[in-house]
This record gives sequence, C-alpha cells and structure tokens, in this order.
Amino acid sequence: MSRTIAYAILALGALTMVFPFFWMIVSSLKTAAEVNTTPPTFLPESPTFDNYVYAFEKAPFARYFLNSVIVTAACVASTMFTTILAAFAFSRLKFPGRDVLFASLLALMMIPFEMLIITNYQTIVGWKLTDTRWALIIPFTSSIFYTYILRNFFLSIPDSLYYSARVDGASNWRYLWRVMVPMAKPALATIGLLNAITCWNAFLWTVLVTNSPENRTLPFGLYAFMTSSGIRYERLMAAATIVVIPMVILFVCFRKNIVTGVSRGGLKG
Amino acid sequence: MKRLEKAARRDRSKLSARAALAPAAFLAPFMTGLAIFTLYPFVNVILISFKEKYKMLTGEFSAFGTENYQAVLGDPNFLNGLRNTGLYVLFVVPAATVIALFLAYLLNKEIKLKGLFQTCYFLPMVTSVTAIGLVWKWMFNYDYGLINYLLSLFGADAVNWLNNPAYNLPALIIYGIWSMLPFTIILLLAGFQNINAQYYTAARADGAKPGKIFLRITLPLLAPTIGLTLIINMISASKVFSELFPLFNGQPGSAYSLYTVVYYLYDAFYVQWKLGRAAASAVILFVIVLALTLVQLFIQRKWKNY
Repeated sequence: MSRTIAYAILALGALTMVFPFFWMIVSSLKTAAEVNTTPPTFLPESPTFDNYVYAFEKAPFARYFLNSVIVTAACVASTMFTTILAAFAFSRLKFPGRDVLFASLLALMMIPFEMLIITNYQTIVGWKLTDTRWALIIPFTSSIFYTYILRNFFLSIPDSLYYSARVDGASNWRYLWRVMVPMAKPALATIGLLNAITCWNAFLWTVLVTNSPENRTLPFGLYAFMTSSGIRYERLMAAATIVVIPMVILFVCFRKNIVTGVSRGGLKG
Repeated sequence: MKRLEKAARRDRSKLSARAALAPAAFLAPFMTGLAIFTLYPFVNVILISFKEKYKMLTGEFSAFGTENYQAVLGDPNFLNGLRNTGLYVLFVVPAATVIALFLAYLLNKEIKLKGLFQTCYFLPMVTSVTAIGLVWKWMFNYDYGLINYLLSLFGADAVNWLNNPAYNLPALIIYGIWSMLPFTIILLLAGFQNINAQYYTAARADGAKPGKIFLRITLPLLAPTIGLTLIINMISASKVFSELFPLFNGQPGSAYSLYTVVYYLYDAFYVQWKLGRAAASAVILFVIVLALTLVQLFIQRKWKNY
C-alpha cells in the first residue's frame, strides 16, 4: 500500500473519531435557529456563549462540577492509599498464604460491578448515606486491578534496597513512603489517571444513590438537564462540553501514561 | 543469666508479633473495602436470587427456591434483553476488531504525526458515555442530524434512527463500534509492537511481498492478542447499558423493545423493585461473564509459549 493511501485512510479514521467532539463544540456555539438548519453550517456564523450561560444559570452546573471534582479527588486519594499499602504487603512483606490470597483476589476481578449494585445499595441505605457524596466515594476505595498493577511494579524494585534500608533501621512504613512510593511515580500516575477518568464518568451508581441537585456529579447532572429542560441541542451540547473538556485536557496532557496503563491492564478505563 | 535470656526471648517474641501484625495492618484498609463492597454483595446477591418473595426492607422471604430464575427466564423483557445484547455483541465486537486491526496496522508503521493520530484515535476512551452519547443522539436526529444529512448527500432517504424501533438497535450498534475502537486499537497496537522486528527483516530479505508478510507473519503472531481483545470486548459489550440513557431518554429503545441484560437488571431493581428478579438476572450476567473469562484464560494459557 502506498504511503499516500495509508495517510489518507488514517486521516479519514482520525476525522471520524474526533468529529463528534468537533460537532459538539460547534453546535454549542450556535443559536437555536442556526442549529436547526439544513444543510448544517460547519462553523457557527456568529459564535455565541449564550448556551453556556444558560446551562450555568438554569442548572447548577457549577455545583455539579464542584461535586465531580470533590468525588473524583476523594476517590483517587483513598484508592491510592489503600492500593499503595496493599501492593506493598503483597510484594515486600512475607506472610503465610500471601500468594494464594493474591490469586483469589485476582479471581474476584471478573465479578461485574453491575452484579453488586443491589446489595451495595442496601448497605448505603443501611448506613443512611443515600443522597450524599459519601455514597459516591465509600464503595470505591479498594481496587484489585490497580493493586495488581502496582504490586507488579513494586516487585521490579530490587529486594536488596529493602534489606539495606531495614538494616539501617528504617521501618516498613518509612521505607514504603520514602523509597518505594517515589520510585513508583510513573505507575502511580497511570493508576491515578485511570481511576480519575472512571470516577469522573461514573453514571449507573450515581443515578442509584444520589438524587438532589446538590449531590449530583456532572454525568447525572447532564442527564437530568436533558430530561428537565427539553431537547434543545445547542444547550445540550454546551452542557456536554462542560462535562467532557476536563477529561480531554487530562488526556492530551497525559496520553502516554493513560495508553500504557490501558494496554498493560487490558481493562476499560 | 536466666533472667537475661528470658528477657531476650520476650523481646524476640514481641518483635515477631509486630512482624506478623505488619501485613495485617497494611492490608486492613484495602481488605475492609473489598469485603464490604465486593465479597459480601457477591455472596449476598446469589443468596437473594434464590430467596422467594424477598422483601428488601425487612429481609424476609418465604423459602429458598428457583422461582426468581423461572420468572426471569420466562419474562419476555429479559429474553428481549438477551437477544439484543447477543446481537449487539455479535455485530459490534467483530466490526470494531476488524477496523481496529486495520488502523492499528497503519498506526504501527513509520509514520509522521504519530502523536497527533494517537490523540485523535484514543480520545473517545476518556469521555463520559452520557456526554458523548448526547452528541450521538444529536447526530442521529431525524430532521437536522448530521448522519441523515450525510445520507442525503448520497441520495439516501432520512432514517428515523431513534424513534423507529426497527432502527434503534442499528443506531446503538453504530455508536457502540465507534466507542469501542480506541480501546481495541490500543490493545492491538501493543500486540503489533511486541512482534520481534527480526521476523520482518528476514522476510524482506527473502523478498516477501507486504501482503504476504501480513498474512504469514503478522497475523499468526498477533493471533493471541486478537483472541484476547475479542474476549475482553465481548465481556464489556455484554454489559451495554449506559448508552441507552442519552440515546433513548433512559428508556430501553423508543418502543421498549431494546432491553439489554444490564438494563433489565437495573429496571427490575430500581424501577420495579423486584429484588429477587434483579438478583437472578445479575447472577445470569455473572455466569455469562464467567464463561467468557474462562475462555480468555484458556486462550492466554494456550498461547503463552508462542
């Protein structure tokens, strides 16, 4: 196949993948009249930010945004903490049954989250946490998948470093935070990013356990905006842009980390 | 002397007690979350699925039995969900894999602007299904949607994608293929990069043509990755659900004919509050995923020494 054809096909494919994003932004900058025209205009005639203003005024998108930031930050921080400790135990500490325990945890990875929602919902109701942001954080503090990635990374750090640190009198705790965690920064960045993307986009669980606008995150807020304010595509596209842009920026900045993480895990982010 | 020895022994046992406690302390936060929100609900949902006339608030039930499974398997909506999920998997997974294989092959060549191309191809992976699903809803719009406009350029009639039940599943499938591509390309690209360059050098030295190299060298060496990708995608496609919310306003298709397995589970649980049925459908979903995972493990083991 000649080079030109290869480039043409790649460009066409790239266009198909990016086009919905382009179309979302273009539509969000149009007036109601211009959105509903045939043939469609590919660039807004007189770009307007009115739709963004409308979204922020008529629905508490600023609030949703803040909630998403809080929930995502809390999820990532707590997951990182439990993951670092568990990965350390599974890679450096020696205790009977360690590898059997780890193997059985890996088997648990195939349980689909959708299967667990019924009982987890009952637990959250029992703890009187429905319609709080806690309900969006607490069930997601432990991840077998991230622990698995980090444990493998920790295993690649030589044992000799550990023993010399121990001889020097460093405790496990100190060694972990002073030596291993700084060395594992790339792996931690990858895990953190994948985790942030998952939290930011979570939908099913959010619909189940939150209700009032004060506690909604962006995806649910966007869905509520669609059902409550009617199908006005220029407005909906503005709202969708608000939800999508932060992750797009994150992706453009950290593409390499995210791509390695995904290909290593073979798991959807 | 004896007292000294005793003290030393006491010290040592204290130390070993601390050493034994260390793993427990390091694992405690992780295991607590896992026990409460993965292990317990997993066991509990299986139990609920066998409890007849289960009441959520009191936890009462009349007897253990298979009533819920009979109800679910006899429910036309669940069978509709199985059928739709099956068709979705059957169309989306092979189509996405073939297109991704082709694009990953091109992306793996010595090309310029590699970073830009990768950014374009992988972007949909990080975006919310709700948000980008809304964009697709807009593009599928009957009157002013872009897809019908493109069809009109080729002289085709406008298709009522989202309101004519006959076109609901095709619309979901088109959107599904698009959203599955990035992840599939990443996995296949990693597979391409793992192939030792020496094979190609040798083949080229023998004067093999590019088409032949692809069929005789690349494809066989890539087979394990392709197999793995197919299974992982089948698992994720069999959980299709969130896409229905933006596309069909939270309904299973415009005429309630586009149930999926997970939509049925959600509906039985959160809309109808029939917990027994929801639990039974959750267990059936698990069995499907488990079967696919076992196939995946089998493939991985078989090709380990390739």
